[in-house]
Amino acid sequence: MTGLRVGASDPLGVPSERHRAGIRRGLPFGIAVFAISVSFGVLARPLMGPVAPIVMSIFVFSGAAQFGALAVLLAGGSAGAAIAAGVLLNARYLAMGLALAPSLRGRALSRAAFAMPLVDASWAAASRGDGTFDPWYLVGVSVPQYAGWVLGTVVGVLIGPRLGDPNALGLDALFPAFFIALLYEEARGRRRLAAAGGGAGIALVLTPFVPAGLPILAAAAAAIAASRMRA
Amino acid sequence: MTSVWVVIAVLALATAGLKLAGPLAFGGRPMNPKALNVVELLASALLAALVVVETFGKGRSLVLDARVLGAAFAAVAVWRRAPMIVVVLGAAAVTAIVRLLS
Repeated sequence: MTGLRVGASDPLGVPSERHRAGIRRGLPFGIAVFAISVSFGVLARPLMGPVAPIVMSIFVFSGAAQFGALAVLLAGGSAGAAIAAGVLLNARYLAMGLALAPSLRGRALSRAAFAMPLVDASWAAASRGDGTFDPWYLVGVSVPQYAGWVLGTVVGVLIGPRLGDPNALGLDALFPAFFIALLYEEARGRRRLAAAGGGAGIALVLTPFVPAGLPILAAAAAAIAASRMRA
Repeated sequence: MTSVWVVIAVLALATAGLKLAGPLAFGGRPMNPKALNVVELLASALLAALVVVETFGKGRSLVLDARVLGAAFAAVAVWRRAPMIVVVLGAAAVTAIVRLLS
């Protein structure tokens, strides 16, 4: 792995150390993600059967998109509507990928290999706070999350028929708790707090009026506005 | 059932496309400072939006339910520097207990 020279001149450490540090950082996320994906497996099985939810977790690997698409399908929506919801919920990856791009060196294939494991928690954890990212750390944080996500779906599909309502277990509260923890670490300083406040306000105002996923994407406008403030 | 597989295939490809577009088009090139300025603030804005939507959102409506107390527990736990696993599982436990009692 260290043959890839991305991050080799990383001032924070050599890649394999950063990778391992990322994996350690990712472990609690992995456990949280496991719990969330158990609930995905439980919720998806009645509609999708036992195999499709697992395949989806392997290849889509996105809580927001998978839950979003599932919600549309469960409500009787079309495949097109489910796809639109999933894509909108993942549109933030376009912004996150653009943010990550300058920190990725090397050939296209290696840049792609670092970008594919990108998920919210890894992206936030790998942010150095100056607009650059630690690519090896990012991949490390994603490893336990991917394992947890796929394994959790398998477990959910298996135990689902015996479990009852996952919301009775409070599993839906895992999401806000998870994002609150990430936000607390991220939103330091006046401009970031302003971006966070603006983003929350935009999402709150838009949620009743636009399809799911759009309010989160629209919150990016708060980052643009806050970027004009003095640091 | 076919439509389920179509959704899975398209979402897998679209998600990969969204993740890869930036790094494949702009990898390794420094971004202009103005853009970087915005990018640096994106995580705060999007995470705050996710918190709001996941705490109060139910489809297209805003609701106050047991999740709010779970999220409140999470906020306090984070502030008190509790480990992530305590934050998330505690929030689920609080939410479950509130639902059980109400």
